[in-house]
Amino acid sequence: MQTKVQLDNLNVHFGKTHAVKGVSLEFPANSVTAIIGPSGCGKSTVLRSLNRMHDLVPAARVTGRILLDNDDIYERGVDPVGIRRRIGMVFQKPNPFPAMSIHDNVLAGYKLLGRLNRTTADEIVESSLKRVALWDEVKDRLKTNAMELSGGQQQRLCIARTIAVQPEVILMDEPCSALDPIATLKIEELIDELKEQYTVIIVTHNMQQAARVSDYTAFFYMGEMVECGTTKMIFTTPEQRQTEDYITGRFG
Amino acid sequence: MDGARAFFPPGQLLRKGYTVNDLETCERVETLTEGTVVKESSSGRTRNNGAHSQGDFIFRGVTFLLAASIILILILMGWEMVRESLPAIRKFGWRFISGREWDAVQGEFAALPYIYGSVVSSILAILLATPLSIGTALFVTEIAPSRLGNMVAALVELLAAIPSVIYGLWGVLVMAPWLQQTVQPFLINKFGFLPFFQGAPYGVSMLAAVFILVIMIVPIITSITKEVLLAVPGSQKEAAYALGATRWEMMRVALLPYARSGILGAVILGLGRAIGETMAVTMVIGNTPQISLSLLSPAYTMPSVIANEFAETTSKLHSSALMEIGLILLVITLLINVMARLLIWSVTRGRTGGHA
Repeated sequence: MQTKVQLDNLNVHFGKTHAVKGVSLEFPANSVTAIIGPSGCGKSTVLRSLNRMHDLVPAARVTGRILLDNDDIYERGVDPVGIRRRIGMVFQKPNPFPAMSIHDNVLAGYKLLGRLNRTTADEIVESSLKRVALWDEVKDRLKTNAMELSGGQQQRLCIARTIAVQPEVILMDEPCSALDPIATLKIEELIDELKEQYTVIIVTHNMQQAARVSDYTAFFYMGEMVECGTTKMIFTTPEQRQTEDYITGRFG
Repeated sequence: MDGARAFFPPGQLLRKGYTVNDLETCERVETLTEGTVVKESSSGRTRNNGAHSQGDFIFRGVTFLLAASIILILILMGWEMVRESLPAIRKFGWRFISGREWDAVQGEFAALPYIYGSVVSSILAILLATPLSIGTALFVTEIAPSRLGNMVAALVELLAAIPSVIYGLWGVLVMAPWLQQTVQPFLINKFGFLPFFQGAPYGVSMLAAVFILVIMIVPIITSITKEVLLAVPGSQKEAAYALGATRWEMMRVALLPYARSGILGAVILGLGRAIGETMAVTMVIGNTPQISLSLLSPAYTMPSVIANEFAETTSKLHSSALMEIGLILLVITLLINVMARLLIWSVTRGRTGGHA
């Protein structure tokens, strides 16, 4: 299977804290990879280094290489803005723009790309919302404020906003942790469909979720990657004792 | 919360009619033992609980009295002002607002030049100060390295603490001569064909008042805007960055729209300050009751005429006229506030997120 994103000896420091320690890992294209581990194990930190979000934190320092289609995204002269257009991100709490309508929220990122005429705009809104199975629920009220949607709908709107820019990779940082079980189920079904077109990397502290949605799983503990492999292997015959203890609920 | 739910199934009666479902509306629950109080959310429901409710009753009474006294003072003040203005209102009627004559010797009083001076100087000041303040606040919060940003913010807030008479003194001794010798001749030379820059350079003028007001209200608008921008959740900014926004695009898409009602509030507060500012404006505006399109000519404002003349009123009618000007000032200020509320309400309508 083709590798989309590759971590090569990734280290992340926040001031004196060594948050991610020498992680090397490959994310296969058109598949879902889950990163699991107890709180504070560095899984979100790894995810956020993939779209250079740490650039926004002055104290953060990232070393090592992250290859997107074999090009190092941390190489000198690479524009993080361009990287973030290729690698989209969905956050833990739904964060639609509260001053915008549903319609404008979907287009918020797309408009940044420049010229946009009315017809393509409407097409993009429709196709993006259909993609996240939100179209039927909101098609009659596209002009209403995005904050009137429920939490699950808001999160699907945020995913629609992300795919409207046509990224290649979608990062998801515990996308269901603020949602109820039914909304969670819908997002999980959606993730399964998204992998046809995108490479999905999801951080979750919900092991059942990792088992349900992912093809590959990486287990992190204390800033290090303990083990990675197919989800089936990690959840049935893990090689490391720590992994087994974690997935069987003995700690974490 | 989760702990409570684990022990008691929903709907089960716990004590004195509290059910687990009730508890879910509480913000915080103290230990559920006999005799403790269940902290209520702000839903306003009350429950009797022995000695505690008496304390609550007294506290409620005291706060009510305090709140009522403010309203009472306001009503009394308004009443007194109307009563004191009555002679002028009876004598001049609407002519007081539309006329231009102000002659204490003849007993003719009309306020239009003062209203014009106040409104025009404040509006021009707010138009200049708003972009300046928003720019400064964005620089301080988003662009500058944090140490430099904090320093600039502290300096800006220091400006807000300077007494207005000092601004006035600086204005009349330093700024007015500079305007007279440098700025105004330049404006007359280059833009003299416009009605706004005609006449002789006096120094003290509408322009001087606008500049001094800008300097005085920028710190207020800046520091409130700064707080509003700092209150925008990081998740909003991250959402924009994650979509591939540059720093400026992030501000345009996420930061400013989220903060707009707060920024609007800051601007209105600045406008309120500008329209009520007395001392500094009195010192630099030239105190000439005339209506001139030219920013170079002297003007007069409502607070200035009250401050200048109240001590030497020549007749009952004179003091009554000054009181009526005060009343008009009060009404204009109230109108600005009502408009601000409506404006804020209209931009925030239909969204539950964000803040005022």
